Amino acid sequence: MVRVVCFVNQFFGQLGGEDKAGVEPDAVSGAVGAARAVQQALGDAGSVVATLRCGDNYAAEQPEAAIARMVALVAGHQPDLLVAGPAFQAGRYGVACGELCAAVQNQLGIPAVTGMHEENPGADLYRRQVYIVRTGADSARMLDEARRIVALGLKLVRREAIGSPASDGYFPRGITRNTPVAETAAERATAMLLAKLSGRAVTSEVPLPTFAAVPAPPRVGDMRRATIALVTDGGLVPRGNPDNIEPLAATRFGAYEIAGLAELDPARYDNVHRGYDTTYVKQDPHRLVPVDVARELERAGAVGKLHEVVYSTTGVATTLAHSQRMGREIALKLKAADVTGVILTST
Amino acid sequence: MTPVAVMVGANRIVPAAGIIHPLGNTDLSPDEEKALRRRIVERALEALSADVAQPTVFAAP
Repeated sequence: MVRVVCFVNQFFGQLGGEDKAGVEPDAVSGAVGAARAVQQALGDAGSVVATLRCGDNYAAEQPEAAIARMVALVAGHQPDLLVAGPAFQAGRYGVACGELCAAVQNQLGIPAVTGMHEENPGADLYRRQVYIVRTGADSARMLDEARRIVALGLKLVRREAIGSPASDGYFPRGITRNTPVAETAAERATAMLLAKLSGRAVTSEVPLPTFAAVPAPPRVGDMRRATIALVTDGGLVPRGNPDNIEPLAATRFGAYEIAGLAELDPARYDNVHRGYDTTYVKQDPHRLVPVDVARELERAGAVGKLHEVVYSTTGVATTLAHSQRMGREIALKLKAADVTGVILTST
Repeated sequence: MTPVAVMVGANRIVPAAGIIHPLGNTDLSPDEEKALRRRIVERALEALSADVAQPTVFAAP
């Protein structure tokens, strides 16, 4: 018999609505509120030994205290599995479900599973760490969704093989797994093309990431007073690559002083980018980083000042996460130096 | 590569001279090549001075 602890918010725990959103965590024995759907889905396979409840606002406003107390409550019941939610499209609830599942897995080593709608902010925040079953936006199909959450949870408890996100109904965790298939890539690609041409649904094997919209920064008002920086993802490094910038899948960037340089001496620079033929930019680094003409424009007064540091990394097979982090770090340094605008040259 | 720049949400995009030498062109003489580079950088300064509301590809210099 699998011992299960459920986590629900004040609403699904039958404490009340927004008026009860501030309540502190507690644990009641057995299945209460929405946890009864989990018990029903478990059938004879397991038993909900306790239901944890916590108000949405308490969890959102004091996340560390809320999670610490709930982890202790979970530990006290020694379950084989934690089922959190489902949270549907309720944002505070979804984040609490994700955070509690992650904490219980990591701190107690107890498997945890939750469910929510894809637009719940908890889905994107925790889907890499936690198995999150895809649900509808509201509780209309609660029992059916509880069954899918429980089915995945029982697999985790029994250490059975977990299927793909599509087959087991959870959000992709960003894990690539090799799978033997009968047809070659050429055959599969041709079948996809034919399906597309005849208007049938096509599912890519390599889903493209979606990119959040980036608000456009305001324009530079007076270029003659602006400080302009040069940044590149094309792999410029000083000879010897002192910062060990990786030739691909970069995690690092370099900051290279150009103070006093009217141009870049090819003998002093190299290029470690492994994603394009770097012959020509090694012959003349200005083909990548235009220090020569930027200095001319500075001297002519077309721009106020050329920033005296060039930032560089290699943009090839670089993960989105590292790209975003490096971009943020470079942007912070540029802002701290009062840089007005950036010309980022890309290969 | 401008479609990639649009897809990832870069807001001011200036088409340059190619992947293997974005700010150069080995078919040109050194002086012509530098003049091309200067036009690309000037176009980038124009782009920085322009109001945009979404990813915008400026005319190639």
